[in-house]
Amino acid sequence: MHSPVAFKFTNSLLIATLFLGLSPIGCKKKQVPQDTASGSAQTTSVGPIKIGEVGSMTGSEATFGTSTHNGIDLAIRQINAAGGVHGRMLELISLDDQGKPEEAATAVTKLITQNGVTAILGEVASSRSLAMAPIAQTHKVPMITPSSTNPKVTEQGDFIFRVCFIDPFQGTVMAKFALETLKIKKVAILRDIKNDYSVGLANYFAETFKKGGGEIVMDQSYGAGDIDFKSQLTSIRTKTPEAIFVPGYYTEVGLIARQARELGIKAPLMGGDGWDSPKLAEIGGKAIEGSYFSNHYSSEDQSPEIQTFIGKFKEAYGVVPDGLSAMGYDAARVLADAMTRAPSLDPQAIRDAIAATKDFAGVTGKITIDSNRNAVKAAVVLKVVGTQYKYQTTIQP
Amino acid sequence: MTQKNEPLKNLSTHREPRSGLRTLWVWLASLALVWALDFWVTDQLDAYFFTILMYAGINITLAVSLNLVNGFTGQFSMGHAGFMSVGGYVAAYLSTRYQAETPLAFVTALVSGGLAAAGAGYIVGLPSLRLKGDYLAIVTLGFGEIIRVVLLNIDAVGGARGMTNIPPLTTFGWVYSVVVVTVFSAWRLVNSSHGRALLSVREDEIAAEAMGVNITRAKLRAFVIAAFFAGIAGGLFGHYLRYLNPATFDFNRSFEIIIMVVLGGMGSITGSVVAALFLSGIREALRPLQEITKIDFRMVIYSLMLIILMLTRPNGLFGTRELSEFLPAWLRDRLDPKASRKST
Repeated sequence: MHSPVAFKFTNSLLIATLFLGLSPIGCKKKQVPQDTASGSAQTTSVGPIKIGEVGSMTGSEATFGTSTHNGIDLAIRQINAAGGVHGRMLELISLDDQGKPEEAATAVTKLITQNGVTAILGEVASSRSLAMAPIAQTHKVPMITPSSTNPKVTEQGDFIFRVCFIDPFQGTVMAKFALETLKIKKVAILRDIKNDYSVGLANYFAETFKKGGGEIVMDQSYGAGDIDFKSQLTSIRTKTPEAIFVPGYYTEVGLIARQARELGIKAPLMGGDGWDSPKLAEIGGKAIEGSYFSNHYSSEDQSPEIQTFIGKFKEAYGVVPDGLSAMGYDAARVLADAMTRAPSLDPQAIRDAIAATKDFAGVTGKITIDSNRNAVKAAVVLKVVGTQYKYQTTIQP
Repeated sequence: MTQKNEPLKNLSTHREPRSGLRTLWVWLASLALVWALDFWVTDQLDAYFFTILMYAGINITLAVSLNLVNGFTGQFSMGHAGFMSVGGYVAAYLSTRYQAETPLAFVTALVSGGLAAAGAGYIVGLPSLRLKGDYLAIVTLGFGEIIRVVLLNIDAVGGARGMTNIPPLTTFGWVYSVVVVTVFSAWRLVNSSHGRALLSVREDEIAAEAMGVNITRAKLRAFVIAAFFAGIAGGLFGHYLRYLNPATFDFNRSFEIIIMVVLGGMGSITGSVVAALFLSGIREALRPLQEITKIDFRMVIYSLMLIILMLTRPNGLFGTRELSEFLPAWLRDRLDPKASRKST
């Protein structure tokens, strides 16, 4: 270890390591990106307009990130094929955050200060969007999240928007659906306590359902990753609810459905957009049949817009787009629409244009941005029939 | 293997240790430098590099403090992210609850976070530090997960939704002052008689006990001090990101810190500092690769580099050596009593 050769090797390795590690820190503020939509950008520059995207391309929620990315990518390509915005092409710069809030914060900082993006798209999950939003707000760069449903995200500042409905609305939708369409009064809740989204949905469902004269007969919880739900289901069974509200993700929901049927619970399950995956029917099998969930769009919808989108998406990626892809697609198009309407590519002008979005015909419904920068749009309720998700009804806000 | 025996040599060469206070000026000068740089860095440095620099500083604090347990005392703790989250949440809760944004309030919040983490370290450490090796690793891993699940269920700090609107109080000056204080404390501890007790525990518990070292107490001391600094790092992290989510502090986070310690060298403070800087920087340095190729193999390369480094340098970059051992003799003599003893 202490021979001169080994020592030299050690030292050079150390020095090399130091340099490598410090290299990003060493260089400081080198160029103010000319592309950062300054007021004159529109008239002077001819380069592409840079759009930043932060997504969980790797990590435990990689499928969410990829689905959304594909939707955004398709939208950008279509917009470019149609001549771009203000005669300029859009350039998408996608960065991975591994599903970690702190990485999302670094990535969004890089997009804004290094790449000089005009606007940000992302993130899928609220936890990452919440870490990103204050940064986008500080730098006054408009940010549109495709699918972060936590109400707090857009409360971070007036540059933060979303094109999805928020947790209260989805909870409300299912409560309304239970009261008005299913005409039931006794519902049990089984929520995923580890998941902000699930907790939010359950709270708002309970609130609306009770207001409408319904009764929550039991409120049980589980944790994402659990595989045995029998104890919760057994205690739910004693109350004989007419339906069970399970606003979790498809993996656990499939298992919960199976175990509920094994215990002889006949009541249908209800849930939110976390159910939206072909895997649900795969895991749940026959047990999940006859259950309902709210979603952003239905691929069954026969309107030409949706069918064209589905056709194009299939052509590009070989799969039927899920809700997240549709929302990514819409987020990118709402942004492009706003940039087209904006008098200049000044961030403030783009922000104002996004805020003024009204009845934008997205594939996930007519999108109007309200004063809290949330999208107001209808939700659809789907029923699981076989391995298909059949459109039931549309619930207006 | 010669490296492993070095501390033992230290133990046997009995000499009066020189007063560490002689070098106090170096540390005070570093603190002054940090605050002098604070203005320049905040004002001039690009926000992106600034972010990397901040995370790097927080990681240095985490790695150096974990090294006290994993490196110097030879106990394998996997719950550092847990202590970090305790400190982070306590500090963030205090400063959001009382809306206090003065430097004094911030220090109070940070120290409270650190003390809470130290308390948690004491509670976990007292029973579990009687365990050895793998068992301790599992207990600490379990502790980290328990903390996370508890946080998920506390509504006052946002539960699974996370904690938002934490005031942005963390500045360059604070992060790097904590780095200086952490490195100084670790260095003084390791070179004190308590520190040598820690080293003796790592080398041979039975021998240490025979020499009159209360091994559980020695371990607990290292554990509590490490937890304290992890808690402070957590507080800095929360006030920088302005958002805390229990999912951030899962065992992967603990592993990241362990990787820094192992990569730098178990038992080298310099190593932990360098490795933390390196690993914080390299992830971002690899980003352009993703932009060019459009494929994300950033993490593949990251992992590959770790494998290669561990294969070529199984003891970590520095082994158990410190920076001062690379310095010329006259300077070394002034700075580091440990190294000068070694050279004689």
